Amino acid sequence: MTLLYTEVEEELRASVRDLLADRCGSDAVLRRVESASPYDMDLWKTLSREIGVAGLLVPEEYGGAGASAREVAVVLEELGRAVAPVPFLTSSVLATSALIGTGDELLGRLAAGEVTVALAVSFAASPYRPAGSVTVRDGVLSGQVRAVAGADVADVLLVPAGGGLYAVDTADATVEAVASLDLTRPIATVTLSSAPGREIAGADVRRALVTGAGLLASEQLGVAEWCLGTTLAYIKERHQFARPVGSFQAIKHRMADLWLDVVRARAAARNAADLLAAVPHIATDAAGAAAAEAGELAAAVAKSWCSEVALRVAEEAVQLHGGIGMTWEHPVHLYLKRAKSTEIALGTPGAHRDALAVLADLPAPA
Amino acid sequence: MKGMSVALDEETIRERAVAFLAGHDPGDRLEFLRARFDAGLAWVHFPEGLGGLGAPRELQNVVERELAGTPQLDTGVQGIGLGMAAPTILTFGTEEQRGRFLRPLWTGEEIWCQLFSEPGAGSDLATLGTRAVRDGDEWVVDGQKVWTSGAHHSRWAILVARTDPDLPKHRGLTYFVCDMHAPGVEVRPLRQITGEAEFNEVFLTGVRLDDSLRLGEVGDGWRVAQTTLMNERVAIGGAPVRRGGGMVGVVAETWRSRPELRTHDLHQRLLRLWVEAEVTRLAGARLREQLSAGQPGPEGSGMKLSFASLNQALSGLDVELRGEEGLGYDDWTFRRSDSVDFFGRGPGYRYLRAKGNSIEGGTSEILRNIVAERVLGLPSEPRVDKDVPWKDLPR
Repeated sequence: MTLLYTEVEEELRASVRDLLADRCGSDAVLRRVESASPYDMDLWKTLSREIGVAGLLVPEEYGGAGASAREVAVVLEELGRAVAPVPFLTSSVLATSALIGTGDELLGRLAAGEVTVALAVSFAASPYRPAGSVTVRDGVLSGQVRAVAGADVADVLLVPAGGGLYAVDTADATVEAVASLDLTRPIATVTLSSAPGREIAGADVRRALVTGAGLLASEQLGVAEWCLGTTLAYIKERHQFARPVGSFQAIKHRMADLWLDVVRARAAARNAADLLAAVPHIATDAAGAAAAEAGELAAAVAKSWCSEVALRVAEEAVQLHGGIGMTWEHPVHLYLKRAKSTEIALGTPGAHRDALAVLADLPAPA
Repeated sequence: MKGMSVALDEETIRERAVAFLAGHDPGDRLEFLRARFDAGLAWVHFPEGLGGLGAPRELQNVVERELAGTPQLDTGVQGIGLGMAAPTILTFGTEEQRGRFLRPLWTGEEIWCQLFSEPGAGSDLATLGTRAVRDGDEWVVDGQKVWTSGAHHSRWAILVARTDPDLPKHRGLTYFVCDMHAPGVEVRPLRQITGEAEFNEVFLTGVRLDDSLRLGEVGDGWRVAQTTLMNERVAIGGAPVRRGGGMVGVVAETWRSRPELRTHDLHQRLLRLWVEAEVTRLAGARLREQLSAGQPGPEGSGMKLSFASLNQALSGLDVELRGEEGLGYDDWTFRRSDSVDFFGRGPGYRYLRAKGNSIEGGTSEILRNIVAERVLGLPSEPRVDKDVPWKDLPR
């Protein structure tokens, strides 16, 4: 295990970053968020097919790259840094993780970038509280799920119902995009009225939510790094009282504290990626169970810490940019909205800390 | 491990340690330590002949593993010597100085202390006023130092003194090794908020030091002191801990064994601090990985900051958590102590002693400036004292 980045990971980062620099600048993102297609599906096509990020988690036997959570985390860092409006987290991480271990035919199509899939649970669902209000009878599903991220660009929805997981064609569901706090990852309401579903045996929604939460921390790290770096550049340039505002101790000390929070966020996110990568696809023995528990603990630590750090840095970025930070024109609000939304997504910091009461043996009062 | 000679790989060093152990009797502590130094197994990254083998620093762990059951150093009492004096002597000492001082420093035959801070020079160390005036081959030192741990049983001290008051403050300083047995050195215990005296005040009155005790060039004292201080910060912030260990482990143990103390509010705060302790531990582990991979990052500058605030919050929670018991205190007796005893003492002591963590070895405010300026590249505040002769500074 290592908390550093390997050479392969750095190469992957470089190719994702180059593509995003080219195709996903903040002006382009800003223009897109109010257009009819807030997700950039052309960019997603290039990312998923040419760079191959969609198949990172898919085992090689199903046509994937057979990579691990570590590589996925690096991609998420870069996507977070660009607040890139692509369904990587929702399709290639959340939905794909639910299918790992099932050998379902969707895995191969996901890896090839042929389909985009969304796990039809609220983006606010946590691994610790089973979600689901959809009922199933004879493979026919009915019900409504609110606040599903990535649903409006999915070809297939994975719907938890009656203790199982069902694949539903988006064409058989009603997916209604709603005005979303996060402009770069809008949510939608999914309504199923007697929609036909195909049951996928052996799917693991809880595992998907743990993996998603633990890796979302890396996206949050990317958000925090962009906010810190952009603010740093700004306060070196911006002069008031005939000095760069970044020369005032009141500002410097805040920046030092934020930097320290980000340093620790990086260590926490790397640790979660590393330990999630070590969890076997199907845990059958004691060692597998121990690895799963270590991954869960690391994910809870990373998600609770990185959520708060990303939000704190984004909020400070708005403040330290002064008036320009309040404008629609400056991209910092996109990061604030992403940070605030991901604080809630896949378990709030408090929900993950509550889980640590058990995982770290710090029991709650009776 | 590319670029390293075959002679110094992990296996070779392990073999040397095993061979050393086979040939020496650990029963005689001092002789064993002296021989270990002479065998180059004291600190393998030091040069040959000075207790080392010129090997990579991380291979020291190999030696420590092999010699785990043998006499160990007293890292509390020897802390200043090992952590601060030794790297400075290695970097700036003459061949004679290195040969004279390092061996007894390492074996613990000679204890070291640090004469840096003064009543009028804390964070602004460079403004210190202890004077060293040249008199032939000797220097005559007059002044007062403070926060000197272990001064009462030290043989030597590292000392920074002003040799030219006409120069701006950073330029008129010189670094010395001070003979703590010399006439004119007076050590008085300084009682702390914990009740005990871990530190001293040291009064220097007409102390005569031979010029051979000077470390580095005349006027180069500030640069030499930087080496010492950088090592101090690493020593304070850099030790590895296991998950849930250290101060958080102490509080967690109380929490687990005393269910009657639990409240919801304390639980939320404990979980929050547990997470902070864990991410801080991970950042330290990542930093050590970077160091041993030969990519030292700027992260080190921050470790002490995190450690200080975390220790303070955890030790404060520990006292509060105990309720009625937190109203008591184990022992206010005014006595000398040689080292920080976080785990042998009560929660009140830990709480009070941890207050020093954000003051000693660079206050948290100064460390934030260092991070902001050296890591983040932010401009310094305008300085009014930079080019003014030290003697003309307002005080």
